[in-house]
Order: sequence, then structure tokens, then C-alpha cells
Amino acid sequence: MFELFKDLGAWLVDGDQWAGQDGIGHRLTEHLQYSLLATLVAAVIALPIGLLIGHTGRGAFVAINLASFGRALPTVGLVVLVFLASGLSMWPVYVALVALAVPAIVTNTYAGMSAVDPEVRDAARGQGMRGHQVLFQVELPLALPLVMTGLRLALIQVVATATIAAYVSFGGLGRYVFDGLAQRDLVQVLGGAVLVALVAVVLDLALSGLQRALFRHRPAKSA
Amino acid sequence: MSVDWSWIADHTDDLTTLTVNHLQAALSAVFFGLLISLPLAVLAHRVRPLRGLLLGLSNILFTIPSIAVFVLLLPVSGLTRTTTVTGLTIYTLVVLLRNTVEGLDSVPQKTKEAAKAMGTKPLRALLTVELPLALPVIMAGVRIATVMSISLVSVATYIGDGGLGQLFTDGFQRDFPTPVIAGVVLTLLLALVADALLVAVQYVLTPWNRRRREA
Repeated sequence: MFELFKDLGAWLVDGDQWAGQDGIGHRLTEHLQYSLLATLVAAVIALPIGLLIGHTGRGAFVAINLASFGRALPTVGLVVLVFLASGLSMWPVYVALVALAVPAIVTNTYAGMSAVDPEVRDAARGQGMRGHQVLFQVELPLALPLVMTGLRLALIQVVATATIAAYVSFGGLGRYVFDGLAQRDLVQVLGGAVLVALVAVVLDLALSGLQRALFRHRPAKSA
Repeated sequence: MSVDWSWIADHTDDLTTLTVNHLQAALSAVFFGLLISLPLAVLAHRVRPLRGLLLGLSNILFTIPSIAVFVLLLPVSGLTRTTTVTGLTIYTLVVLLRNTVEGLDSVPQKTKEAAKAMGTKPLRALLTVELPLALPVIMAGVRIATVMSISLVSVATYIGDGGLGQLFTDGFQRDFPTPVIAGVVLTLLLALVADALLVAVQYVLTPWNRRRREA
């Protein structure tokens, strides 16, 4: 076991391992590219849905069940299915990652919107604000912390799952995991896994730090 | 992409076996997850400094990609069911631990004091007062963990297990969509049914909530 960790340490700090097309540097960039693009697309789809459900109060049932559906959807199956339908392209990876991220963003956005004090909403309306003004000037700013939590959770999940891109012969840090599996090279598998976990943890810490800095003036609970 | 119904008709036995196999892995993981997280949650609830440590640790475990978790367990338990269940159990921990701690936190202080004043011993108070009152929040965690595990079992197909996930590798290798579609649909159905059953279990286990709603 100790020997394995020593090899792993050597693998991670080896300069050759970091350079070139198969290098960690390049794989890391690919991994981040898949993750960020997928989360961005998911946000573009999910944010309007979450805001609309929260604002109108209609379709809450959809938002809650979507989360459950998203959790139940087997990512591996989805990737293979889209792969068989579309052939060798980036579609399987992005469809699966976006499908994973959308429910997390919708439910958290909706949760943030529904946590807005109804009296605040009434006061805004009573002042003569129009629907879209209430949404963008009152509800959204108040819901923002939870909206950001949704985006953060989605990104972390996507980073962990983007490993799957390598299964359908693309890059990213999953390359080490799947190549290592095929070559029975445990050190390489471990290295890939540790790197993905590190990226996820670092992103999570950085984003929650950013969140805290941004909303420092807010009381923790909307009491 | 069309479904080859004759393949499904010819393979109903295999599909049934894989579904049972799949469910067994997922449920074992939730069972062991509860077994581990209940005492840890009580500890985290009582001992404040441990709380952040345990919850933070389980959060980090959660960010490790599931395929990596399975592979990392290979040197320990090899290509076995144990590896699958252990990996899934690790994933259920974060949800179960968080919800159980939150559930215990949600028990009103006055109720706990009342139990103490009536001479209820700490362990008895935990089992007969605190845990039952925390049950709705704990059950919410159990539902999430169960649905998540059912979905994640298929990842273990890379280490030769994976229940319905085997249909995904099979379809991928043969360029044949039918088993993949069958696998996805059965996984979703399994998750749906399990979730509905857990709602029913919670209904039976918390009669006091029921009475309050009717009143």
C-alpha cells in the first residue's frame, strides 16, 4: 500500500507526465473545458426555467420531480445511448453532462426563489413594480445565494463526471483512469482519480469562498 | 434508433436477473450507509468540533468520481460485489450523514428536556424520542441515497459488476441500442418504484405526522 502511494507521488510530480499532448497540463485543460462549457450550457437552459417556476409559482411539482429524475438517470447509459445515436462526436459527453447539471440548477434556483419572503414580494408589487421588475430587482437578488449554490453543486458534479468523456474516446483527466484500467496500471488510475478529486475540491472551496465574500453583508438566514 | 422488441422478448429472464442484482447492490449500499452514518451522525450532533470534520470529509469523498472509487478499491477487494457495495456505500454517506445530523438538530430542545425531566435515560431518549422525531429528515436522505445508488450501480460495469449497467457495455461493444435503452428505462423505473415505496414506509413509520395533517 505504501509502495503504491510512493509511486503515485512520483507519478504526480514527474515533469514528463505534465508535458505534451498526453500530459497532465493538457488533460486538465480539456477536463476544465468540458466541465465549464457543459455547466454554462446547463445554466443557460436551467436558470430561466428555475426563475420562471419560482416567479409564477407554477410547475413547482416539475422542479421537485426533475431533481429526482436527474439523480435517477444513469449517466453511463445516457453517454452510450447518445454515442450510438450520434457516432464519434462530443455530443454524448455534453448531453450527459448538461443533463446532469440542469436538475441541480433548476431546483436550487427554484428553492432560492421560493424562499423569498412573500411580504417583500407584495411590497414590491404594492409600490407598482411590474412583474419583470419584481423578478429582476427583488426576487433574483434575494435568491442569488441559493442560485449560486446550485451552480456550484452542478459544476462539482460535472467535474467528477466529465471523467466519462474518456470512455467514448475523448480526453480530460478520465483518460488516465480508463487507460490505466485497460493497461492494468493502477498508479495511472489512481493519479487520474486523485487529480479529478483535487480539481473538484479546489473549485468547490474557491467558489464557496467567493460566495461568502460576495454575500458577506447578508444575514445567513432570510429572517 | 429503434427498439428491437424481439430482443427484449428473448431476454426477459436476463433482464429480470440483472434488475434484481442491480437492486440488491443499491439497497445493500443504503443499508450499510445507514449502519455507518447513524452512529457517526449522533457523534457529530453531540460533539461540535467533530461535526465540521465529519461533514467536510464526507463532502470530499463525494467529489471523487465514482469510477475512481471503484477502481481504487480493486487492490483491496478485487472484482467482486464487495467492491461495488463499498464504493456505493461511500457515496451514500454524504447524504445520509448530512440529513441525519440535520434531522437530529431539528428536534426541539424542549422535547429533549421534557424527556430528560421524565427520567428517560440518554440512550432511550435517543432511540425513542430524538430519532423518531428526526425521521422525516432522515428519510428524505434515505430517499435521495437510494435513488442515487440505483443510478450509480451501473458505473460498476467497468469493474465487471454493475447490474443493469452491464447492458450499457454490452450495447456499446456491439453497437446495439436496445439493451442500452432497456437498461436506462429499467433503472429509472426501479428508482421511481423504490422512491414511492420509501414514501409509503415513511407514512407508516410516522403516524403522528399523519394525525396532525388530518386534524
